Amino acid sequence: MTNEMPDLVDIQVIRRGIKSRKRMDNIFIGVGLGSLAFSLGVLLVLIGKLLVEGGKRLFGQGIAGLWNFLTSVPDSNPEVAGIKIAIIGSFCVILLTAIIAVPLGIGAGIFLEEYAGRGDLPIPFPKWMSNIIEINISNLAGVPSIIYGLLAMGLFKYQLRLGETIATAGLTLALLILPIIIVTTREAIKAVPQALREGVYAIGASRWQMIWDHILPASAGGILTGLIVGLSRAIGEAAPLVTIGALTFITFPPPFPFSPKLVGEGLHGPFDWLFSPFTVMPIQVFDWVSRPRPEFSVVNAGAAAVVLVVMTLSMNALAIYLRIYFRKRVKW
Amino acid sequence: MNFSTRGLLVASVLAVASVIPSQVMAQQVIKMDGSSTVFPFSEAVAAEFQKQNPGVRVTVGVSGTGAGFRKFCNGETDISNASRPISKREMEACSKNGIRYIELPVAFDGLTVVVNPQNTWATSLTVEELKRIWEPGSKINNWKDVRPGFPDVPLRLYGAGTASGTFDYFTEAIVGKAKASRSDYTASEDDNVLVQGVARDRGGLGYFGKSYYDENKDKLKAVAIVNPKTNRPVLPTDENVLNGTYQPLSRPLFWYVNAEAANRDEVTKFVLFTMRNAPALGKKADVVTLSPADYSAVLNNVFIKRKVGTVFGGEQQIGATVKDIIAREAKQ
Repeated sequence: MTNEMPDLVDIQVIRRGIKSRKRMDNIFIGVGLGSLAFSLGVLLVLIGKLLVEGGKRLFGQGIAGLWNFLTSVPDSNPEVAGIKIAIIGSFCVILLTAIIAVPLGIGAGIFLEEYAGRGDLPIPFPKWMSNIIEINISNLAGVPSIIYGLLAMGLFKYQLRLGETIATAGLTLALLILPIIIVTTREAIKAVPQALREGVYAIGASRWQMIWDHILPASAGGILTGLIVGLSRAIGEAAPLVTIGALTFITFPPPFPFSPKLVGEGLHGPFDWLFSPFTVMPIQVFDWVSRPRPEFSVVNAGAAAVVLVVMTLSMNALAIYLRIYFRKRVKW
Repeated sequence: MNFSTRGLLVASVLAVASVIPSQVMAQQVIKMDGSSTVFPFSEAVAAEFQKQNPGVRVTVGVSGTGAGFRKFCNGETDISNASRPISKREMEACSKNGIRYIELPVAFDGLTVVVNPQNTWATSLTVEELKRIWEPGSKINNWKDVRPGFPDVPLRLYGAGTASGTFDYFTEAIVGKAKASRSDYTASEDDNVLVQGVARDRGGLGYFGKSYYDENKDKLKAVAIVNPKTNRPVLPTDENVLNGTYQPLSRPLFWYVNAEAANRDEVTKFVLFTMRNAPALGKKADVVTLSPADYSAVLNNVFIKRKVGTVFGGEQQIGATVKDIIAREAKQ
């Protein structure tokens, strides 16, 4: 054999190579763990601080105290002031936001992903148009929320004369989270394998049947996650609502959504709640934080912030649960 | 009807309902908006008023004096909270829309200049010294440059953000021109941030509303301001703010009541209630309340007689005392 074995490089060299790669590996694990620990640590410290500060108000007087805080209206006495109106306000605003943004967002997502750019539409909708829309939607997702507030102030509040109402707030936040919902819907639909579409077509289904019966169920997990992430962003927004003039002190809740019309109430029957003045949780927290008295700026603000965090986290937990639930059902 | 068409239907019903301009319950609600400095006072009287008059609803927003006047002159609110007199431009806006108003002084605020408790040298400062520190382009960055004999300690400044009425008043009173200030200082709209800053900084000097000092007396020291007329250093106590000796940093706070709204039963009742109960309720509201006699003077000579317009002619007036304002309002 003339061919010599590739030189008998010292086994040491190889070992050193392996060792250095392993070291890199470990360094990366360390860096990764470090960043995880850092961000989690900051979060925990923040929540812990809020709990310590707000705990006196939340848990100081047992269940009765907590209940009292959750069901009392704002007051200038920090011990009796509560967040009932803000919780109901947040709930109503988010309900309207969802009613508007969910069908619009999912619809737009389906259209852009499944219809746009195909030749067989009744109206021509070329690919380049959907590309332009795609770029714009991605950009919109990054626009600061205060800009949406300014837009809403001009358009909804003054132009459409909706005033400082839940309707204005819901429309504003719906606009704010539409890009998020559209983008996540498209991503979720994109993740469905092409073979599924072809298979469904092959047995003679129409496009709508294919989407409704197969694409949507298969992508429901991803779409729902996007929805809930969008909505939990909306629930924490204060800036655009301050811009459109959400109130700070209000002691009466809006009428119950879609409640039947009662004698002597507003002009819109079941829709009265839409035209009612309101406040929301982040605004309540914001107001209390800037007060001079620590009973407001530390204790009550901390307690309300804890409630807000709990609301957001439970929405996110729901998102995770739904994702797992739907993923289990998808089998291919 | 499947899920998606139902969503579309709800959305379109909402859209139709939204087009109807809404004046729901406008007759039962007293709407207030404006200054964050006046807010605690309005909140305190509004909360108590509603407890005693369950049929009437009062809402208070905090969009700042300027934005508050904008809404007020648009006819959107019944009462505007203001930490300064109405300006020329706002007077024009109001008269263009046919809005007439009754100007009621409801309380006072004393802007307080504070230093760190370890600061043993600066017990009093003159307006001239403050002006040299705060005027635009000022190069004073050490206490020894403020007054001969002060120690060599770096001077660090904390003050109101440029969007606040506090900033406007302080610059006008000290520098002589509204909004004229050096800009190399720690500015915040949240006065609690300024409190923390001065409390941690031996060489710190800051200014903010009196209530923030009152709540943090253990962490801060108030500086007596030398009254330019009497040449005596005066501390910002409630008495000194009211009797007109704490000058030029005392400022009156106002309610501007829409003259037409004032004829509504519930608004009249609310103003009467406020003028009678303010001395008791204002105590917990972070403002310096007037004496009962002064409130009755405002009520009898200004509100009851429906004296419309302003006595300030659109100008900020430094050093106005309660008696002075009431006398001029009555003569109007």
